[in-house]
Amino acid sequence: MRGNIWIYIAVMALVSFAIRTLPMTLIRKPINNRFIRSFLYYVPYVTLSLMTFPAIIEATGSPISGAAALAVGVVLACLGAKLLPVAVASTLVALVLELILGAAK
Amino acid sequence: MRKMSFTFDKKAYAKGFRDGIPIGLGYFAVAFSLGIAARNAGGEPFPGFMASLLTIASAGEYAAFTTIGELGTYIEMALVIFVANCRYLLMSCAMSQRTAPETGFFSRLAMGSFITDEIFAVSIAEPGYMKPEYTYGAASSAVLPWALGTMLGIMVGNIMPVVVVGALSVSLYGMFIAIIVPPAKKDRVVAVLIAVSFAVSFASDYIPVVNRLSGSLKIIVFTVLIAAVAAVLFPVKEEAQASECGAAEGASSGEDKE
Repeated sequence: MRGNIWIYIAVMALVSFAIRTLPMTLIRKPINNRFIRSFLYYVPYVTLSLMTFPAIIEATGSPISGAAALAVGVVLACLGAKLLPVAVASTLVALVLELILGAAK
Repeated sequence: MRKMSFTFDKKAYAKGFRDGIPIGLGYFAVAFSLGIAARNAGGEPFPGFMASLLTIASAGEYAAFTTIGELGTYIEMALVIFVANCRYLLMSCAMSQRTAPETGFFSRLAMGSFITDEIFAVSIAEPGYMKPEYTYGAASSAVLPWALGTMLGIMVGNIMPVVVVGALSVSLYGMFIAIIVPPAKKDRVVAVLIAVSFAVSFASDYIPVVNRLSGSLKIIVFTVLIAAVAAVLFPVKEEAQASECGAAEGASSGEDKE
């Protein structure tokens, strides 16, 4: 039996809403436990790093363009470039290299 | 300490909106390829638009569309979404510690509901307590392209050149880089953690058993493992937690060490 698409969507929406909002609404006080505080401090950096690499070199047709985008992004961010310039620069590097590599084939 | 305020912080909203633009661009491209996947699973434009608008999750939606394509049960769907989006539970915990204590229930509900990898990332990168308006601003410019991209992907399938879709999806990673690098310059532990996470993430594709886990499950497992080990080895300094009101500020934001 084929399920109803709108019930599927309702389940998707409700489950993801609950996951996103329960900790935000239930944890109303600063957590004093030092381990948990440290853990939560490190979570964003670890999780973003795990998502960035090696995904960035797999996102484009050739790992070379993805790796170049990564290198350019890291260098620019080190030099103090903000969010938008870093994102745009690495995208352009990837795009240009993809076009060149594509043309070379 | 921040003053109590019930007025709408337009500056924070504008900044969030601006920071959300690159997110929206990247989302559009990623959602477009997601739309192609949905189309292959028999998806239609309007349900696809609504699914993306209400779920706002790349890996989660991809898994969900696959479930629909395979005529999975509703319970399966709930489990798939739960596993694929479990990391938002962690992000929501982290955000709760960066939310001003006086923030009301509905603000918390709204802020939480917009958690995505990218909106979370830019929101948490702001120094001090998070401003709800910033998160709303980022969501305003990012969520609609996500939903529209999915719909267009379903409608027009594969006319967009693969090269462009690939390059645009790089912009999301470029953004992550812009967020993790500056704190790494100030805090050596964060720099080491980034290197370790990169290495682990790369190696996980080759470790038996682990490489059979889904991408999002891998991220949850390794986030918990690495962050827990780091918390034991390098607990954040106590003095940052001493003051009662500003407690959430010092410890959880690298920006504050300036």
